[in-house]
Amino acid sequence: MKNRWIALYVENQVGVLAKVSGLFSGKSYNLQSLTVGTTEDETVSRMTICVTSDDITFEQIKKQLNRMVEVIKVIDLTDVPLHMKEILFAKVLGINAAEKLEVFQIAQVFHVEVSDVGNDSVLLECKLTERRNNELIALLRSKFRRIEVVRGGAVAIESISTSCR
Amino acid sequence: MDITGRKLFVKALQEEGVTTIFGYPGGTVTDLFDELYKQDGIEVVLPRHEQGLIHEAEGYAKSTGKVGVCLVTSGPGATNIMTGLADAHYDSIPLVCFTGQVPLSLIGNDAFQEVDIVGMTRSITKYGVTVRRREDLGRIIKMAFYIASTGKPGPVLIDIPKDIQTASGPAEYPSSVQIRGYKPNETVHVGQLKKAYKLLRAAKRPLILAGGGINIAGANDKLLQLAEKMQIPVVTTIMGKGAIPTGNPLYIGNSGMHGKYAANMAVSKCDVLFSIGTRFNDRITGDLNEFAPKAKIVHIDVDTASISRNVVVDVPVVSDANLALEKLLEWAESKDTAEWQAQIAEWDKKNPLEMRRDHGMTPQMIFEHVNRTFGEAIYVTDVGQHQMWATQYLELDAWHQLITSGGLGTMGFGLPAAIGAKIGNPEKEVVCFSGDGGLQMNIQEMATAVVQGAPVIICLFNNYYLGMVRQMQQLFYGKRYEATCLRRRKNCPANCKGPNPACPPYTPDFIALAESYGAHGIRVEREEDIQAALDQARTYKDAPTIIEFMISTDEIVLPMVKSGNPMSEMILK
Repeated sequence: MKNRWIALYVENQVGVLAKVSGLFSGKSYNLQSLTVGTTEDETVSRMTICVTSDDITFEQIKKQLNRMVEVIKVIDLTDVPLHMKEILFAKVLGINAAEKLEVFQIAQVFHVEVSDVGNDSVLLECKLTERRNNELIALLRSKFRRIEVVRGGAVAIESISTSCR
Repeated sequence: MDITGRKLFVKALQEEGVTTIFGYPGGTVTDLFDELYKQDGIEVVLPRHEQGLIHEAEGYAKSTGKVGVCLVTSGPGATNIMTGLADAHYDSIPLVCFTGQVPLSLIGNDAFQEVDIVGMTRSITKYGVTVRRREDLGRIIKMAFYIASTGKPGPVLIDIPKDIQTASGPAEYPSSVQIRGYKPNETVHVGQLKKAYKLLRAAKRPLILAGGGINIAGANDKLLQLAEKMQIPVVTTIMGKGAIPTGNPLYIGNSGMHGKYAANMAVSKCDVLFSIGTRFNDRITGDLNEFAPKAKIVHIDVDTASISRNVVVDVPVVSDANLALEKLLEWAESKDTAEWQAQIAEWDKKNPLEMRRDHGMTPQMIFEHVNRTFGEAIYVTDVGQHQMWATQYLELDAWHQLITSGGLGTMGFGLPAAIGAKIGNPEKEVVCFSGDGGLQMNIQEMATAVVQGAPVIICLFNNYYLGMVRQMQQLFYGKRYEATCLRRRKNCPANCKGPNPACPPYTPDFIALAESYGAHGIRVEREEDIQAALDQARTYKDAPTIIEFMISTDEIVLPMVKSGNPMSEMILK
């Protein structure tokens, strides 16, 4: 079982997202994240999907996606060099001045932006890889009492020049 | 010049060559019915329930090779066809189903008879869509017929809001359609096929496993040629029965849960399993770890997703059965498998398909008479014990087709599917086999058969029980016959162990019921009367006949492999 990535070109139509996500629930596939948005061609949407599965199930997932009329193309991104980012907001609440300073330091180390601040809270805006976001959340959780997190799910695109992920 | 949606609807059906549709009216489709009233090229069959309607369309499509067309109203009309959609999806039957929908402006308001039928049927249709713009209607209908009938066929649902039906728009119905996400496979990978052929060539104990794909593709002749040329024995799935004539010496029988002993032994012992047009359903494989353990497996299927899903195969080939067999026939050389065939014959001799002949009328006897009686005929079954007996004992060839609900196992399928088959093939005899449970699930279609002048012959196997489940209770649940006795009444003893003289009478009286519909009824209790009943039923050309065969409750379907067990572990007695 490991995490695998799929880019999916689909018709930009009503019900397509429901159909794709329904496949995952209906067939008990383990969906980690799914993001969707239109592409340069507004009749086409591109989804970035992360699933956890074994090899056989993953093959089956790709085939099942491929046979959907609304799916134009399935690209397996699992072993492809790519750029991948996930947007994440993390609010750290109920902190004192010293703790606030610490949040600022963490932001600096993680290269994330401090996009808002209050008397006892700070808002971080992160565009990291999913894994780096996970690490950031783990760190914030270990250090502070109250955090509030909203994640956007990862988007990915194949690399132009780099050969690593 | 622009025309209304309802006019384009009829025009589209005409251009698709549709001559029969199965329709039940209602508020949101009255416009479409009104338009059908004004033309006479398309006949509208009015059933008595939408579930009957869609099974009729399935029987029609299966028996004619055409697309079955359904037209029902929104809400309950639409939800009532869902079982049939799932059935057609499983058994790859081409259907185009039109559902009415509330006007666009009311969608989402919980309007009267509004349901999100496209959402509800997403996983049981090949494609489904709500028409949201009048100008899309023609293209969507064209797409529907194309998708339903190509590749692995299946049901397509088109939901048409009432205001789209009356809105004006382009009059053109496209002659073709391009769908960027849908490209049915029309080629075969010759390299893969060569590998498959090499395996077959070298095999000492080769076996063909033929599924429903052979019958759908109409590749029966080619499969027969390949089997005969290379002398490869053939087993079939339920849906594949008839893939080669059952009388051919190379044909062993059905494999699977209720397969023949020799067929399951052949699967268990073969060294190359050449499977084509099957998806290795659990009813065929049993315990996956013990399935064809000694064999290299070749799997040919038109649906990529069917390959390597249930069974890991050695040589996968994505192809239409016809294309692949055509290519294989170019290479096929004769080969000697006499020893292997002798081994299979020995298995068959050891445990033949045979019911006892010393305790009255058995299902086997009925099928023997049927096999002797009908020339060109379409056999249709419902679901249950009679279905398994039918697939064990019916003789099929180019003149005898079998239609059955395989994947979904839909009780209530038989009678309406037989009516649909008769409507599509008025010149052929259509024989429906059903149980007393299944027949009652769509018994209202007797009226449809009568008003359509569809004289199907219904062989009803009445054993007073939901026999297939009773059989499981008998074998695996300590004879605790919960909710399977159809005679059971409130005052029956709680722990009843089976029929006894104090049992209450059966209801309904099927003979009187048939007569009340204006149909015919014959009750048969002894073997001596089987032939006369069949002969008499064949003389009735005006209305259907129910022949009620009174079958012993003790008769069970054997062999049987318990669900999840290896196929070689058969219960034989």
